[in-house]
Amino acid sequence: MTLNRRQFIGTTAAMAAVLSAPMVKAQGKPRVVVVGGGAGGATAARYIAKDSKGAIDVVLIEPTRKYYTCFFSNLYLGGFKEIEDIGHTYGGLAAGGVNVVHDWAVGVDRDAKTVALAGGGSVPYDKLILSPGIDFVEGAVEGWGLSAQNAMPHAYKAGSQSELLKAQLMAMPEGGVFAMVAPPNPFRCPPGPYERVSMVAHFLKQNNPTAKIIVADPKPKFSKMSLFQEGWANHYEGMVDWIGEDFGGGNVSVDPGAMTVTIDGEETKVDVCNVIPAMKAGRIADLAGVTDGNWAPVNAADMSTKANADIYVLGDASSQGDMPKSGFSANSQAKVCANAVRGALTGSKVFPAKFSNTCWSLIAPNDGVKVGATYEATPEKIAKVDGFISKTGESADLRKTTYEESEGWYTGITTDMLG
Amino acid sequence: MRLTHLFQLLAFTLLCTAAAADEFGDPVAGETVFKKCKSCHMVGDGAKHRIGPHLNGIFGRQAGTHEDFRYSKALVRAGTGGLEWHADTLDAFLEKPRALASGTRMSFSGLKKSADRLNLVAYLRTFSDDPANIPEADPTATPTDHDLDPDILALKGDPEYGEYLSSECTTCHQADGADDGIPSIVLWPEEDFVVAMHAYKNKKRAHPVMQMMAGRLNAEEIAALAAYFAALEQ
Repeated sequence: MTLNRRQFIGTTAAMAAVLSAPMVKAQGKPRVVVVGGGAGGATAARYIAKDSKGAIDVVLIEPTRKYYTCFFSNLYLGGFKEIEDIGHTYGGLAAGGVNVVHDWAVGVDRDAKTVALAGGGSVPYDKLILSPGIDFVEGAVEGWGLSAQNAMPHAYKAGSQSELLKAQLMAMPEGGVFAMVAPPNPFRCPPGPYERVSMVAHFLKQNNPTAKIIVADPKPKFSKMSLFQEGWANHYEGMVDWIGEDFGGGNVSVDPGAMTVTIDGEETKVDVCNVIPAMKAGRIADLAGVTDGNWAPVNAADMSTKANADIYVLGDASSQGDMPKSGFSANSQAKVCANAVRGALTGSKVFPAKFSNTCWSLIAPNDGVKVGATYEATPEKIAKVDGFISKTGESADLRKTTYEESEGWYTGITTDMLG
Repeated sequence: MRLTHLFQLLAFTLLCTAAAADEFGDPVAGETVFKKCKSCHMVGDGAKHRIGPHLNGIFGRQAGTHEDFRYSKALVRAGTGGLEWHADTLDAFLEKPRALASGTRMSFSGLKKSADRLNLVAYLRTFSDDPANIPEADPTATPTDHDLDPDILALKGDPEYGEYLSSECTTCHQADGADDGIPSIVLWPEEDFVVAMHAYKNKKRAHPVMQMMAGRLNAEEIAALAAYFAALEQ
């Protein structure tokens, strides 16, 4: 991405915002604090700042200065993107009036209505929007923990982990074994592990064609299963061995020291092991006391939590009903939430909630597929209205168009999120 | 700077295709090629601006200069920078519109076959003043070719509601009209927008995402979106 003038000013403004972070004070205007600058948080911050035209003070707390999108990070593994293609700064948000604070939110005082920062100090809020993404459930995969994530990367939060997994993939010996431990439901990006298998297979077919891929999966089926299996048979025949629940795919342990994976009692020595453990809401949701079990239950009409009317949870961390945990979903939920929060704080018109999601996956060069649905708010949950999915046996032209569409969507959503 | 670079590229392309530009295409075959353009452009007697500007008298015209049409900034800049429409420049533009004007709102990937471009340019040539041989012809683009209830077309949309609803569109369609694989939808005439959305809603246009999105919008909501996108500031 080339830096244009507006982005440059934005970056400078972002730095100024960082310097002034500890000075954040209420100025008589209502303040919204957003925690987490991904697809949910960045969108919510941008839309509230943009649409309130200065009437609401918007603070975004996000520890990283550069955000790498999880969506398209598999395309990086496959060699279709450079890591910088999926990296974005927060300069556009700062230029759009969002006070971007690069720090960790480490606590929420619900009575005082403040968010505590790791760097010291706290930020008061009128409305708090948490969009922290996911953390991993401890002990979910026997033998694996965060201390083993260098030997066996998860690469399920994009950035350095993606680069590590790519480096390990490139260093695989000829005819080596790539293992993936897939997660149980519900988890971020349902087609993600299987798009990753496709991209790893594509890379190996080009560079290491006798290598094998083993997937240990605790589930009996997965998103776009027939599309992926058709694609694996067409493009990567004999390379991918998917071991589902029926064959003991859920009975897995790993030994990061010995680089072995044991599936249903059978130990295999592997060269790369991508462990994607069971997931839960990012920790700040727990600290704010809005979770029930692994996720934060929310009201479908405005994404406010069941636990506290002034705290909202977006995206992967929320438990909302029928929407998959995806960047598109988080972006969609953020707009509904932004509209409701703005209405609550400034009396602006609140329109009825509408949600949608589409997920594109790449199976091989120019072989793209998609799945999507629309949703509405009911008193119980976000409920699916209508949906579609790509079909097996589609023409090469249609698959190519679908892939090109996904490229357009990537530009569209990142612009929509970050300005 | 980028524009200068593009013109250098264009100059280079022109040098390479100079021989081709001397050839003259077949306007009758070009009329068939023009079907690809008809959903947005009109040409001939009574042609008006639709999603794209009408194409009468395009030869010799500076790019982006119909005063009553709202162009992308990119095309206006290209015109100000000296881009005029002639056989050679049209050929280059039609091959890959975004290579010549990267920010154009023209959602068309291009005509890859040189013969198609030559024929199309020959066809367009018949609607330009010089030579003065403009044929009497019906408007070739027929944006009213639909069976939509006139009451639906007459609905006046609420742009404020449209702005809220538009946030569902801008996850994929960029608000500034840029097109990187998903078509531009900004600054369309309201009628074209409404006709297109109802065609998706009634499953007469084929695209599963759009059929789904349009399928749950009612006529007022479609009118609101049309009103909002038609007037969007760039």
